[in-house]
Amino acid sequence: MSEKLLAVRDLSVSFATEGGLLSAVDRVCLDLAAGEVLAIVGESGAGKSVTAQTIIGLTRSPNARIEGSVRLHGAELLDASEADLQKVRGKQIAMVFQDPMTSLNPVYRVGDQIVEAIRAHREGMGNAEARGLAVEMLSAVGIPEPQRRVDDYPHQFSGGMRQRVMIAMALESSVLIADEPTTALDVTIQAQILDLLGRLNRERGLATILIAHDLGVVARIADRVLVMYAGRVVEEGTLDEIFYDPQHPYTWGLLGSLTRLDRPRPHRLPQIPGTPPSLLSLPRGCAFRPRCPHAFGRCTEPPGLEARLPDVPGHRDRCWLSPEQKRELRQVEGRIGLEEPAA
Amino acid sequence: MGRFAVRRLLGMLLVLFAISIIVFLIFNVIPSSDPASRIAGKNATPQLVASIERTWGFDDPLPAQYWTMMKLIFTGELISYSSQLNVDEQIWKGIPATFSLCIGAAAIWMFFGILFGYLSAVKAGRLTDRALTILTLVGISVPVFWLASVLLYYLTFKVQLFPSGGYVPLTENPLDWAYHLILPWTTLAVLFIGFYSRVLRSNMLDAMNEDYVRTARAKGLSERQVRMRHVLRNSLIPIVTLFGLDFGAVVGGGAILIESIFNLNGVGQYAADAISNLDLPPIMAVTLFGAFFVVLFSTLVDIAYAYLDPRIRLEAASR
Repeated sequence: MSEKLLAVRDLSVSFATEGGLLSAVDRVCLDLAAGEVLAIVGESGAGKSVTAQTIIGLTRSPNARIEGSVRLHGAELLDASEADLQKVRGKQIAMVFQDPMTSLNPVYRVGDQIVEAIRAHREGMGNAEARGLAVEMLSAVGIPEPQRRVDDYPHQFSGGMRQRVMIAMALESSVLIADEPTTALDVTIQAQILDLLGRLNRERGLATILIAHDLGVVARIADRVLVMYAGRVVEEGTLDEIFYDPQHPYTWGLLGSLTRLDRPRPHRLPQIPGTPPSLLSLPRGCAFRPRCPHAFGRCTEPPGLEARLPDVPGHRDRCWLSPEQKRELRQVEGRIGLEEPAA
Repeated sequence: MGRFAVRRLLGMLLVLFAISIIVFLIFNVIPSSDPASRIAGKNATPQLVASIERTWGFDDPLPAQYWTMMKLIFTGELISYSSQLNVDEQIWKGIPATFSLCIGAAAIWMFFGILFGYLSAVKAGRLTDRALTILTLVGISVPVFWLASVLLYYLTFKVQLFPSGGYVPLTENPLDWAYHLILPWTTLAVLFIGFYSRVLRSNMLDAMNEDYVRTARAKGLSERQVRMRHVLRNSLIPIVTLFGLDFGAVVGGGAILIESIFNLNGVGQYAADAISNLDLPPIMAVTLFGAFFVVLFSTLVDIAYAYLDPRIRLEAASR
């Protein structure tokens, strides 16, 4: 857990749109150590997917402005040539996407699509050999009868099995970015896919960035958690720190909206009031201010991402409230949550 | 597959039957289409007309006349009313020219249609795309007879680069065959090149936003591999459908105008002559000939479709 595989520094991504410059990601920093699972959590539009796709250069386009630094094993990726990036994609960093139903090409056999990924990075490997490897990969991700299934088409697989195929394609890499890999799946299958990711992480040391909009999903396997809001990291810490000592009101809101089976159920599942701000014109100061019941005068100044608790340098957040205030304010009906404004 | 074939065969018979009935009825309600007085010629006596009616069976009830005609077509004994020549033989004679024209033009239009569509999609929004867009829209809008006349005027009359028409059999002299067909091929292909490249361009632009294309990029494939194997491959499926239907239609009489202008003596020109003479037997035979190819190629398209898109199964489609 020491060596940094991937280091992202001050990554900003903005897109020129008809409505003006849209700031999708704002100075995001993250580190991924070998063998680690880092979760990025936030609502839709928080910039999670853009961050992930920018890391492997999939957001490059004439109307995207990308700044900062992404280093993989010390080598800069942001200004790497397209040809160099191709060598990184699928070989060092692989990506699994949200919707397994559309992420595989419907007209090719599943095995051929895995073979394509293998052979893209292994010049001189024959088709038969790559196919053997594909069968091994399918078996590694828990697909029964891989010798037979390798010749099936994607439509002959269920959603969960297709997601396993996508993960199988990633087994060649040392870093896996899983962009909401379970969102399109039903709950029991979600758990299976998460367990698979956890197992691959433990057994193969596959470093993983797990993107989710649900803290419940990441609780299963994450080591560290990054909470994003409106393109910025608002809180970062270990899984335990985020779950048991959350510092940012947005994190409280996310935690408060989880259903927990070990506690009495509230009458109505709490939700965070309001909607995320437009990325074209962010509010002054803290981006969460308009939705935050605890906002006060100072919140119009932008808070930095800083360690605000003594003795816990890795736990950082962007909230001006004092740790004592936070400890008190986040208690809602005996559990952590975001107080709902009086109606 | 067997079930599919039987279904399609029955469907084809039904289509041919319906078309033959319609053609027959239309012909019989057209004024001045009475074949007896046409055969008898100008200034014929009523007695002559009546005797022709009797010998050719024109005074029989319509269903009986229809039945006789169908029997003659499929036994190869149908005789034209105006030229007294065997209709089936005339069609057989026209087939080499018609097929040469259609197959050659189809190869040209598929090649350039796909090439232009691909370039247009890859360079979307840039100069190449705009130039190709204008070019293909002109190609779609230009009337065939106008284009043919312009080509003939400049390239055969003014510059004398190409022959003005006529058909040289492939077996006689392959070079001369192609030389005589270049202008007709071009004229026929232009419309389809324009049409196909527009369709392919928009298909490819749609496909580029598909998740599986993003997956292909994330695998580390080169942009070229992504485009050829994933974008183009999937975008060609609708093009194959179009091609099957268009090719069937072109073989089945869509090239009438071009065959007449370039004097190719194919099935199309035979049909054109028959129509101008209101000569029912060849019209009927050529129409059925055309319908046969349209149905045949739409069946081939369905088979190709199941091969190109594994989600489609013929058995399910024919149920």
